Amino acid sequence: MTSDIPHLWPLIGVAVIIAGFILRFNPMLVVIVTAIGTGFIKTRNLPLIILLPLAVIGLLERHGLRQHAQNWISRIKSATAGRLLIVYLAARELTAAVGLTSLGGHPQMVRPLLAPMAEGATETRYGKLPDRIRHKLRAYAAATDNVGLFFGEDIFVAFGAIVLMSTFLHEAGIDVEPLHIALWGIPTAIAAFIIHAWRLRRLDQSLARELGGAPASDAPAVPATQEGR
Amino acid sequence: MILSIQHLYILVGLILAITAVMTLADRQHPKRYTSALFWGLYSLVFLVGDKLPPAWVGAGAIGMAVIAGLRGVGAGKHKEPTPAEYETSAKRLGNKLFMPALAIPLVTVIGTVLMSKVKIGDAFLLDPKNTTLVSLGVGCVVALALACWLTRETPVQGMRESRRLTDALGWAVVLPQMLGMLGLVFSDAGVGKAVAYITTSYINMDVRFVAVAVYVLGMALFTIIMGNGFAAFPVMTGGVGVPVLVGVYHGDPAVMAAIGMFSGYCGTLMTPMAANFNIVPAALLELPDKNAVIKVQIPTAAALLVVNIFLMYFLMFR
Repeated sequence: MTSDIPHLWPLIGVAVIIAGFILRFNPMLVVIVTAIGTGFIKTRNLPLIILLPLAVIGLLERHGLRQHAQNWISRIKSATAGRLLIVYLAARELTAAVGLTSLGGHPQMVRPLLAPMAEGATETRYGKLPDRIRHKLRAYAAATDNVGLFFGEDIFVAFGAIVLMSTFLHEAGIDVEPLHIALWGIPTAIAAFIIHAWRLRRLDQSLARELGGAPASDAPAVPATQEGR
Repeated sequence: MILSIQHLYILVGLILAITAVMTLADRQHPKRYTSALFWGLYSLVFLVGDKLPPAWVGAGAIGMAVIAGLRGVGAGKHKEPTPAEYETSAKRLGNKLFMPALAIPLVTVIGTVLMSKVKIGDAFLLDPKNTTLVSLGVGCVVALALACWLTRETPVQGMRESRRLTDALGWAVVLPQMLGMLGLVFSDAGVGKAVAYITTSYINMDVRFVAVAVYVLGMALFTIIMGNGFAAFPVMTGGVGVPVLVGVYHGDPAVMAAIGMFSGYCGTLMTPMAANFNIVPAALLELPDKNAVIKVQIPTAAALLVVNIFLMYFLMFR
């Protein structure tokens, strides 16, 4: 099949030639297309963090990583989705606050570990989950990672945002110690934790309301997640 | 430097090129040619993007947008193990499965914290400007080797799995870049300055509390439009923060900056423009509603904004 590839090259060439014609006729388009190209190159670093871990995560998933994450959490009897996510929120915010922002993330932590654990803990309590609940738990897992990261990293002095702020203020004629900016972020960081943790407790309550009464042992067998009950 | 971000671009470019080739070779793929073209173009952006004239890259980006817009990017058919096979494998490998997954953040942290100053000869081992990203790249390669060894799989299978997940993401992968550019266009066009001017001239900021609220909510609003708190900060701080909160009311600038930026982050939690944090995870977690993550985040962000107004009001003028 690799012999097909050369046939693609002319297509790209044709596209470029067409683009070239249009460009020559319309200088405004040249400017716009050039701007798009420059911007596209400048922002190439954005998808790296998503694309790089995929091979590892996919390989582990193929060998049951998500199932194992669910089984692992179901051994902890007191675990609920809300409690798990509160612990993760605290860990994520504290580690980010000391500069360890790469200890989480959606491709490497949320998809393979956190989301399956939240689903597993809920399943252990209430049995097989409808898709709606599954999706809700995943969305909460992703959101919790974001909240922990955002409001943790900004109280780390060496973080880029702190530098950006003190540089901007310096240029405006105001001199501020970066450390002070970092420290004055702490009240908001604590408030973020309290608010989101409170919402995660509410999540547990709403799960209990919606799914409650169905103890795990009555649940129909879910082949992928039954182990370790 | 010995390992730079350029190496990561080449690595990702190669992965995407392999994805494109595998897509092209997939006869069962419902959108075989357009999908392969999409991933092929994207791989070129990484492999040779900085050597091409920017206009070509721009044409390529437009081409990708057209393919995505015409729903030309689809997922292939991937042969997945049965639930029983998953379970057997999970039981057999047990906690060992966690090791490569945790190796990624572990190596990244070691690289960022311990290796950032390491030099071999005169050259830095890791790109000093992108230590975290380069460490992440090293972490992923190490973890892939570990995973292959553990599961007795080949790197080729790793590429197949990478393609499966890339397929699940689809064109959402490119969204952060596209929206990032849109944010740049907004700020180049002076959207920020115009709105800062309107707020300062039409909202009466003689009341201190109103001025604080305008700054906090303005940071959030701008970030919602631009998708990036860093872009909103200079606009709102230059327009309202420095002249009014510090200039007129003599508030503490450190408090203003800290809580102001956090208010911007509240905006980040509420906007699809911040695709990397909000839309891509929804795609990655295979959620049918691409705004599901934002919807979960809005109550937290909105409540925190209210708290921020009061925190700033009381802490700034202690």
